[in-house]
Amino acid sequence: MRAAHFCEACGKVQPAQPTDYFSFFGLPRKLNLDTAELEREFYRLSRRLHPDVYARASRQEQQWSLEKSSQLNDAYRTLKDPISRTEYLLRLEGVQLEEQSQAATRQARETGQEKKQAVPPDLLEEAFEFNMQLEELRTSKKMGEVGPELVEQLREAKRNFEQKLDALSAELKQLWDEWDALPIHEHGDYEQHQDEPKRAYVRSKMVDLINRRSYIRNLVRDVSEALEN
Amino acid sequence: MERVVGIDLGTTNSLVAFMQGDTPVVIPGEDGSNLLPSVVALDLRGNIVVGNPARKYLIETPERAIYSVKRLMGRGVEDVQDELRLFPFRLAADLKPGEVLRIRLGDQEFTPPEISAFILRQLKKNAERYFGVSVTQAVITVPAYFNDAQRQATRDAGRIAGLEVLRLVNEPTAASLAYGLDRKREGTIAVYDLGGGTFDISILKLHEGIFEVVATNGDTHLGGDDIDNLLITIALDDILGDMQLDLRRNGEAVQAIRKAVIDTKIALSSQDATVIEVDLPGGRKYQREITRAQFEQLIEPIVHRTVGPCKQALKDAQLTPADIEEVVLVGGSTRIPRVRQIVEELFQRQLHSELNPDEVVALGAAVQANILAGGSEATKDMLLLDVTPLSLGIEALGGGVVKIIHRNSTVPASATEHFTTGVEGQANVAIHVVQGEREMAKDCRSLARFDLKGVPPMPAGLPRIEVKFLIDASGILHVSAREQRSGKEAEIEVKPTYGLTDEQVESMILESFDYAEEDFRIRQVVEARIEADNILNALDKARNNPAWEQLSQAERRQIDKAEATLRKVKEQDDYRAMRDAIEALNEATMRLAELMMDTAVASALKGKSMEATGIEEGPAATHRIAPAEIK
Repeated sequence: MRAAHFCEACGKVQPAQPTDYFSFFGLPRKLNLDTAELEREFYRLSRRLHPDVYARASRQEQQWSLEKSSQLNDAYRTLKDPISRTEYLLRLEGVQLEEQSQAATRQARETGQEKKQAVPPDLLEEAFEFNMQLEELRTSKKMGEVGPELVEQLREAKRNFEQKLDALSAELKQLWDEWDALPIHEHGDYEQHQDEPKRAYVRSKMVDLINRRSYIRNLVRDVSEALEN
Repeated sequence: MERVVGIDLGTTNSLVAFMQGDTPVVIPGEDGSNLLPSVVALDLRGNIVVGNPARKYLIETPERAIYSVKRLMGRGVEDVQDELRLFPFRLAADLKPGEVLRIRLGDQEFTPPEISAFILRQLKKNAERYFGVSVTQAVITVPAYFNDAQRQATRDAGRIAGLEVLRLVNEPTAASLAYGLDRKREGTIAVYDLGGGTFDISILKLHEGIFEVVATNGDTHLGGDDIDNLLITIALDDILGDMQLDLRRNGEAVQAIRKAVIDTKIALSSQDATVIEVDLPGGRKYQREITRAQFEQLIEPIVHRTVGPCKQALKDAQLTPADIEEVVLVGGSTRIPRVRQIVEELFQRQLHSELNPDEVVALGAAVQANILAGGSEATKDMLLLDVTPLSLGIEALGGGVVKIIHRNSTVPASATEHFTTGVEGQANVAIHVVQGEREMAKDCRSLARFDLKGVPPMPAGLPRIEVKFLIDASGILHVSAREQRSGKEAEIEVKPTYGLTDEQVESMILESFDYAEEDFRIRQVVEARIEADNILNALDKARNNPAWEQLSQAERRQIDKAEATLRKVKEQDDYRAMRDAIEALNEATMRLAELMMDTAVASALKGKSMEATGIEEGPAATHRIAPAEIK
């Protein structure tokens, strides 16, 4: 169901309703999304909802336009990026994204603990070696002498991890297709449906992939910073 | 229709502009200049002086004048220590950390928003003189990288000056509007804005009239001022070394040097070498030759500080320099050849500075003002989608920051967070909101501490308080809260960390009532003068009308006398005298007006055209010479 943004009779902005971002754009909860079309819709709705349009309207309409356009911007921002779209859908599906989720970050901070970053098991050895090299680079930088060999090794490792990221993106795309092929149930209550095991399987694969991706992305970020500085 | 003006409240100069038809134009001041120097002084009689007249106080009695007050907007005493070393700001002695600053001018104290309000008030006056009607609504520009406190301080300044601030617009974005109006553009552009005290870089996507900012970055304490201060320091060191003359504490001498180095800086944008020349106390003279090469070497560290933000903005936009189709230069400091060179090297693109870099921001503000006022043919498809420059976060236990709205999010943007209590029966929940990119709250900008009060007594962890954070289109934060289990609207007490409370702003508006009375007087003078001109013009025309010949000698003398009086008082500033003189002339010309009407009717009956009677349009002509309506 598409959220009602305007009065059908007078075309004026309507009060913001709690709605999920897919419904805001009148989209099904599917992960393959035409981002060019999303952008066009975003611009089209912006022209009608933005507070500029209501600068001379009543205070009430101004308030509604402010809330609606913030909803529009939040929805567009979340859906246009493939990863945040996937994470958002998973959250809508009731999944707590493990280590990398915002909630987990907050919980770790609130309890004053270092956030645990679980290393995907198959990456354990590689990541360990990589972190050692990174540490070596930082130390030798402090000493003022950086061996070109070490830099080359790290560059190589970085390329390697970047390739892994590309591979993960391709894998994620496949999971999207699997997810989107599942039937959509209008009224939630998915556990009653017989396709629930399949849904649960795709969900957990996506969660795993998102976590791996986030872990590798952090490694790439760290090495980029270390090499740049 | 209410006229909405666009204002560029700059570090060095301020301007006011409006849309005249399809073109934004700057409104000049009484002295004919488009730029109002952002200088405020308190004269010896205790009156506030703004702009060019205030500049002489900077040199003669620097303790009564202030410039670059924009650097102090929304800041606390602990933030401005660097500024205090280099600028002749005199702060009140009893300031506490976290308190809004108070600046001493002579024996009085003013907050930065109040000083900015004096500048705004002058611009408002200039616009009112120009239009002949009062102006109460404005769009004001701010550096894109201004934080919430700095934005609030700017909006407060507008309110104190008697202006409803319809929108704060980011300066580089405003500039892009002015350029976009100039000729329709599509694609990705970068706006590099190096002004007197602030630096911004914004990257925008232009598509069918939508100006979408994709990333912005900057430094709110980087600009031409820094170059001036560097040169001043060098000159002071020279003078100390060569002449054994320590002028560092001599306000007048420092200001004289400041003026000289600014001239030098400007000269070196077009010449290869120049001489800094300053007359010093005791009849001595400081002279030093400086080449452009030396100058460029000196300023390199300052200019280079703009590179980091540019790279970060590109990275945030997920773009490379090759994706940028055009680079627009804004701000007076982009006249420096070395600055242009650095931008060119960075983006590998031809630079655009066709529009006057000092005026382009004000022109863009006028475009946005026009959009908000309902638009025109030129602006009807234009829509600005700007972003928040800094991430918004909440301090968590342990002092870390949980980011709730990320930087470069399109505004309006919102986030909803849930809080609960830690102790049974706890009635208050304190929330600390910060802005910035650092991990720890203490390294970010403290925006406000909110106290959620009146939480219904419940066991610890049970209340579920929903707090909604909303950043509006001006980049200003709004917060609302609700306890969800009881449905009770929680009361929020906002303590802005460096801003003025609403009560303080209200009382400042009241205090400025004296000035408001002055504004009212000036407006009356302007309006009466326009009316006097109208009636005098009509009289000049009426003298050629056959009706004039039908008047008696005495009647004509009476008119001549009333006319002479009005011409005299029109040149003075007493609007009541002007009204009286207009009234007197109206009465004296009453019979003339009647005779003219008769002539007009008679000639109309004779089939003559109205024109032959010397009356262009019947009703207008009678209106002109008939008794003026006194408001």
